Amino acid sequence: MKLPVFRLVLTAGLIALSFSAAAAGFRNQNGEKETQDTTSFTSPFYEDNERCFECHGQERYEYKNDNLGTQVKALMCENRRIGRDDFYSSNHKYFSCTDCHSSDYVTFPHPGQLRMEQMYTCIDCHGGDEKFAKFSFEEIETEYQKSTHFSLEKDGFTCWKCHNPHSYKISIRNTENLKETIVFDNTICLSCHSDFRRFQLLSDLEEINILEKHDWLPNQASHFGSVRCIECHTMQNDTILVAHLIRPKEESVKQCNECHSKNSLLMATLYKFQSREQRRDGFVNGIILNESYVIGANRNRYLNILSLVVFGIVILIIGIHIFFRTK
Amino acid sequence: MYLYPVWIRLWHIINAILFIILIVTGLSMQYTDKQDYILVVSFARAVKWHNISAVLLTVNYIFFVTSNLISENGRYYRISKKNFGSDLFKQLRYYSWNMFKGEKHPFPVTTERKFNPLQKFSYVLAMYFAFPLLILSGLGLMFPETIINRIFGISGLVLTDILHITMGFCLTIFMVIHIYTCTLGARPSSLFKGIISGYHESE
Repeated sequence: MKLPVFRLVLTAGLIALSFSAAAAGFRNQNGEKETQDTTSFTSPFYEDNERCFECHGQERYEYKNDNLGTQVKALMCENRRIGRDDFYSSNHKYFSCTDCHSSDYVTFPHPGQLRMEQMYTCIDCHGGDEKFAKFSFEEIETEYQKSTHFSLEKDGFTCWKCHNPHSYKISIRNTENLKETIVFDNTICLSCHSDFRRFQLLSDLEEINILEKHDWLPNQASHFGSVRCIECHTMQNDTILVAHLIRPKEESVKQCNECHSKNSLLMATLYKFQSREQRRDGFVNGIILNESYVIGANRNRYLNILSLVVFGIVILIIGIHIFFRTK
Repeated sequence: MYLYPVWIRLWHIINAILFIILIVTGLSMQYTDKQDYILVVSFARAVKWHNISAVLLTVNYIFFVTSNLISENGRYYRISKKNFGSDLFKQLRYYSWNMFKGEKHPFPVTTERKFNPLQKFSYVLAMYFAFPLLILSGLGLMFPETIINRIFGISGLVLTDILHITMGFCLTIFMVIHIYTCTLGARPSSLFKGIISGYHESE
């Protein structure tokens, strides 16, 4: 049960201390506010894509069986279903379906061999392209190839297991709300690690209970809502925004002071983009405007100096007092 | 002169021990670093002991307030508006000037007046202003889901923490001054002995 009286008292106390702060918007390199979506977006390939969405964009689809001369109603297989809205608000919305998939798909029934179609991965399109240089796809690919996930590639692991190309949205650069990024990114991990149906497609390991595995973590709910899985489970990398080198579980971060310290690793991971942007605006403590608060990392240089000065003055006054007492 | 009953002495020593643990563990959490320093408690241990001590301190504080409400001891903390400023000034002047000239204490301790005006004022500030804020903000940090997310664009957790460490710092300063002023009795050790034995040694 919440404690309304406690909250009221606390609020009253906090209001006395609080001051309004301009929420720093996250800007792109040209200093312009980036916007994610686009409800008004109309694809130049809308008509072409609609031929696919007619079936793949819905749960139930219909087609005419020319051999039998009957109209067939069927349910679209879950992993062959693409949400129109998701696609047209994703980063890949500018594409035609056949930019990535074989043009043979325009025929129906689809030719059987298309099931064996080689899928593109991120690096196939984004690698070596100046336009995407700031995203460091080559570095991401290098990291991925060193990660534990790469060892599952023979079992079918690809970029798409985490990043659905039909709905992928860039997150951390485009949101002012860090909590959204945390939920977004953790959902990616949990889509397999807390869904045994998907997990067992790639691993022979037994089902993992995430909560039990992390029961050593104090204030577990706060941690899960305030940091991403990758903060502790990846190797830090200064050159890319989101680390992709997933480490074996034995090498994950378990020391509290890796985050709860002056040089918190969160500054190089979760808060990297925001703090970099805020420093551009001259803000000294990159963490303070974030949604979260990290004990040991949220230090204010000026308050530290002030506290030392006040403490020093008190000791000095006591020293002077002792001097005159004993004189 | 018997001035400190058993319950006050017990409350006081428990308060002192817990407060020292809270200062050490609190500083350890605030200034922890990737390399644990010798004098700083490791973060995980600091959190555990800070929480345990904080709960005990809260219980001890409730005991103190309740006891003051139902016993005679509460009267020592009632500030009278009458001569408030001038008495405070008189005491300040004594500590900063007159005591060096060997003058007598302007407000000698009696069973009716346990605290001098400056003592009374600082104790009331510490126990009835700073302590509740310290405890409430500490409870907020212990149960972060009870804290309002954002206040004027700033994280509620950050503001609660600033309030908590500010009150913690003020009370630490209070404790340093309190320990020093306790050397200003009849002899430097008199007041320390008094809070252990219960008997106040008059000047």
